[in-house]
Amino acid sequence: MIRFRNGISDTLVLAKRSFMRIPRAPDLLLTFTVQPIMFVLLFVYVFGGAISTPGYTYVDYLIPGIIVQTMSFGGFVTALGISEDLKKGLVDRFRSLPMSRSAVLAGRTLADVATNTISLAVMIVVGMIAGFSFSAPAGDVVAGIGLALLYGYAFSWVFAFIGLSSSSPEASQSLGFIVIFPLTFVSSAFVPVSSMPAALRAFAEVNPFTITVNAMRALFLGAPAGNDIWGAVVWSIGIAAVFAALSVARYKRAVAK
Amino acid sequence: MADAAIEAAGLRKSYGDIRALDGIDLTAATGTVLGLLGPNGAGKTTAVRILTTLLRPDGGTARVAGLDVEHEAPELRARIGLAGQYAAVDENLTGAENLEMVGRLYHLPKGEPRRRAAELLERFDLGDAAGRLVRTYSGGMRRRLDLAAALVARPPVLFLDEPTTGLDPRSRLGLWETIEARVAQGTTVLLTTQYLDEADRLADRISVIDRGRVIAAGSSDELKDQVGGERLDVTLESQSDLEVAIAALEAIAAERPTEAAGILRVPLRQRRGAIAEAVRRLDGAGVEINDVALHRPTLDDVFLSLTGKAAERAEENGEGE
Repeated sequence: MIRFRNGISDTLVLAKRSFMRIPRAPDLLLTFTVQPIMFVLLFVYVFGGAISTPGYTYVDYLIPGIIVQTMSFGGFVTALGISEDLKKGLVDRFRSLPMSRSAVLAGRTLADVATNTISLAVMIVVGMIAGFSFSAPAGDVVAGIGLALLYGYAFSWVFAFIGLSSSSPEASQSLGFIVIFPLTFVSSAFVPVSSMPAALRAFAEVNPFTITVNAMRALFLGAPAGNDIWGAVVWSIGIAAVFAALSVARYKRAVAK
Repeated sequence: MADAAIEAAGLRKSYGDIRALDGIDLTAATGTVLGLLGPNGAGKTTAVRILTTLLRPDGGTARVAGLDVEHEAPELRARIGLAGQYAAVDENLTGAENLEMVGRLYHLPKGEPRRRAAELLERFDLGDAAGRLVRTYSGGMRRRLDLAAALVARPPVLFLDEPTTGLDPRSRLGLWETIEARVAQGTTVLLTTQYLDEADRLADRISVIDRGRVIAAGSSDELKDQVGGERLDVTLESQSDLEVAIAALEAIAAERPTEAAGILRVPLRQRRGAIAEAVRRLDGAGVEINDVALHRPTLDDVFLSLTGKAAERAEENGEGE
């Protein structure tokens, strides 16, 4: 019990540490605020006119998709941070302290939820200025926001694993980009999957990004949900569980580079 | 040994084909400083990593503060402090925030982390920089903060892995004084270093490590006696006096003095009074002296001598490498 309580307090101490970094590093702060604004505006005004989304205006179609994409990338700070901690010997210090083994990773991923919340708020506001409107009951909208953050949290653990596996902070960033970026595009996030060639379409239909984006459209816009909401929750929890286990196992053996 | 704070027997660790530790024994009595001396890659850091529970040994046993490094690791971690080769502090936090974070992770009682952070920052001359982000600190300041972090919980056993490598002489001296103050209060320290003068000043016992083995152990004086490297370097006013000078100094020399680059090297039998005796004898023989200097063994001397001997012995026994 004491061990459990210490685990929680260690995680909070380290989450605070990770979060405090954001306002102190102006470039990171830009990533969480200006980048989402830029993406919303580019897609709505540059691509929006060329993509046909029957039943929805493009901005309504886009916002749930771009939120899911942004949430899944929010965790890159975790990969970057963990990789830096390894490089600078901080992981050695933490591992020599009488603290919980998972707290360094859990702290970082928890801090990502806070930064993702900031990005999410920015995107909703900018989206609404560009013409987006919720057309679902308030309870569903709140559930949708929860789902977006949960999905982002799951990918923070993917990034934690990437940070522990890559040879440098720079490599961790490009590795994360190479692995996750294509997945977000071969999905229903930006275009209807029915417009894709058959092979891509088959992949896009089972892609967890598609399932989660569809669930978000159901919760924000009242689109027909099918099994997508539960599917998205199960995918999120599954991804988080698998990558948390992999990451903690790797962390225990981690050595300074 | 009941009062040993650090005790390791037959520690082994390999990375693939490379034997980082090839069966080393270490002992440090409570309240003393054990120096691990050796070149880069000798296995010093691997030994520290095993003793601080960062790495599991392939073989052998080790106890720190009476606790087994493998089976009692969580309890052991509460009783040690580690300061590494690179300053392991968070650059995006202030000095004070770094120390408070470490204090919280040691689970010190509420209020203590802040109090100890303030106290240590003052003591380490970082009081004025306490509220500044560490990324604005100089190398010496970071190193002091790193050591302060290792001391936050006042651990009874301290591991310092090359704590002064890359520091300027003033910071180095300051760090030595801090370590001495901790030892005076009963802390046991394991210190790795590449510098003999550092081990000489701080360590009660020194273990010389090379290629994963302890090749010599003892107090600093014992090691130097083993090397026997103390000598007088005499510069003569005139090289024509060379033979006269050698004859005059033979009585105090351990072996026949030799001349190299105009300097007469006299291996000493005993250091005490050697300079005065040499000057008297040379003066008596009518030799004019330009300079006399006592040359003490450096790590290079000790180490070359020890590894040279070790290799010879192995060959004599027909064991090869």
